[in-house]
Amino acid sequence: MGIAIAFKDISKHYGEVSALKQVSFSVEEGEFFSMLGPSGSGKTTSLRLMAGFEQPSSGSLSLLGQEAAGTPPYARDVNTVFQDYALFPHMNVLDNVAYGLMVRKMPKAERHALAQEALAMVALPEHGKRTPAQLSGGQRQRVALARALVNRPRILLLDEPLGALDLKLREQMQVELKVLHRKLGITFVYVTHDQGEALSMSDRIAVFNHGRIEQIATPRGLYHQPRTRFVADFVGSANVFAADVAQALCGKRQSFAVRQENILVSAAGSAPIDGALLMPGELLTVQFLGASQRLEVQVGSQVITALQADKSSASSSLIESNLFEPGLPVTLQWRAQHMVLLDD
Amino acid sequence: MTEASAMASTALPALPTLNHNWRNSLSTLLYQRRTLTLFLLLLPPLLWFGVVYIGSLFTLLSQSIFTFDEMAMSVSAELTTDNFVSLLNPANYDIVLRTLGMAVAVTLGTVAIGFPVAYYMAHYAGPREKGFFFVGVMLPMWASYIVKAYAWTVLLAQGGVIYWVLRQLGLLPVLEAVLRLPVIGGDTLATSNLGRFLVLTYIWLPFMILPIQAAIERVPANLLLASADLGAHPFKTFTSVLWPLAFPGVVAGSIFTFSLTLGDYIIPQLVGPSGLYIGNMVYTLQGTIGNIPMAAAFTCVPIVLITLYLALARRLGAFNAL
Repeated sequence: MGIAIAFKDISKHYGEVSALKQVSFSVEEGEFFSMLGPSGSGKTTSLRLMAGFEQPSSGSLSLLGQEAAGTPPYARDVNTVFQDYALFPHMNVLDNVAYGLMVRKMPKAERHALAQEALAMVALPEHGKRTPAQLSGGQRQRVALARALVNRPRILLLDEPLGALDLKLREQMQVELKVLHRKLGITFVYVTHDQGEALSMSDRIAVFNHGRIEQIATPRGLYHQPRTRFVADFVGSANVFAADVAQALCGKRQSFAVRQENILVSAAGSAPIDGALLMPGELLTVQFLGASQRLEVQVGSQVITALQADKSSASSSLIESNLFEPGLPVTLQWRAQHMVLLDD
Repeated sequence: MTEASAMASTALPALPTLNHNWRNSLSTLLYQRRTLTLFLLLLPPLLWFGVVYIGSLFTLLSQSIFTFDEMAMSVSAELTTDNFVSLLNPANYDIVLRTLGMAVAVTLGTVAIGFPVAYYMAHYAGPREKGFFFVGVMLPMWASYIVKAYAWTVLLAQGGVIYWVLRQLGLLPVLEAVLRLPVIGGDTLATSNLGRFLVLTYIWLPFMILPIQAAIERVPANLLLASADLGAHPFKTFTSVLWPLAFPGVVAGSIFTFSLTLGDYIIPQLVGPSGLYIGNMVYTLQGTIGNIPMAAAFTCVPIVLITLYLALARRLGAFNAL
């Protein structure tokens, strides 16, 4: 498999503001590549550079092995699904989907047949004669997808395509997108600020922050081996401890992260697990989440969050009672292998 | 509970009570009787439009089927279609065609100049720049129409600025060649149809820019990007996306430029070749001769033309996006 997209030392400035600072990475052909980060982190700018809506201030960008800087959007073998769908309001759904083919001067009957096929692929075969205004948000999303895919691009860019949908529809579309990606075998580049979305769909994820890439890894790699404080916090909200805490615990002077679910909270004085690292604290709040509960514990000046199974059950007498009450002195413990040392 | 409420009442100062005077009672009455409220709101504009405006227009138009006695120079209420029939004799027909031709030309000219300006204002200008453009576009409208018209006669005159600039640039022969062309040409710029076209285009341009600007502003920039993304060249994006979506604005603007040109009678007098326009004809018939029935018949022409134009625009789908 070749390289679909390569960024080499790309910077992008808007006046005084720099949106991307010397970013280099590459996306392989056929990969589901996500760009994850908060707003203003540079992920959308990167996508717009790939689409050709913006030109890099410096650096080189190649698409499918060819230098792409200076190539206008209409000359790129790339199609985009926009966050707000960007369907043409003055055309019906079928003409929207057939637009790319119309531009290529394909005869009407032929392009309508292909557009109809694409609509069937996104499960909207009956909706061709409607206008975009007559569709629901989820349906518009599918039309936007069909409109991009009907051109058989080798790279599909998706700019937070599920951002405007409600949770249930979003989860359903995540599965459908993943199935579609496997079926088509083309490169998907997916921009999102939702870490759950990125983790569940991607082959690899690039985490953006302040115009730089903090880390590129597989979802599991990113989750279990975050390299920086930002990644540890942004992906799965791990607890990040300062370097001096590590020095007191195990002698190494380096900040580290521990995932919420890897911290065990028990009442102070109960027997510790063998070889676990211990830390005393005071329980602040308990949130019942169903299968689990989230505990917040004050440790010195820091608040640590732990996620653990909820022990109450329908048959027990513990339904209304809880072992944990705010104010309780507790011990936090975790195994050394769950400490992830961070660069920063 | 009681302790808490006692604490709250001592801690907070008492709110002033709502007083129920006649104004409140009136508000309540209007709130409960929505139809009455809407009726009161609409009454003044309905009186103005319905009675004063439409009513007087109708009175004028109804005169078009009255008879004008040329010997007695008086109007009698004998009904006739003669006035409309005489619109078709060549002298009158010419006036209609001359006016219509200029109205179409001015409309096309203002679209050609106004669209790029409107596009820039809507999609590129920042807030400060946009304010500057709005003032710049509307500034000429603050000056008196007659002043602008006379100013143009000076600009276009043979010793005027335009001739001077062209002479300095050595382009005077080009102008002279253009002025030798039939229809648009003439002895000088000030007495040519080209000169008249320039003045009318200048005067009505703001009426074209503003509606187009409003229409383009409602077109999301992402639609233009999506078109390019799907492989369309800028020209194709213009014809397939931007123009159809901005078209209602173009139609709105052209209604202004079209009808304002059809009704103008001052600029045709001051600039351009001899030959009457509909406005001049109405002015002459009514003011000089007192042939109000024939003037009314001429007044019907722009109304019919605009109605036909709107019907055509509707068939072209100009109002689908509204």
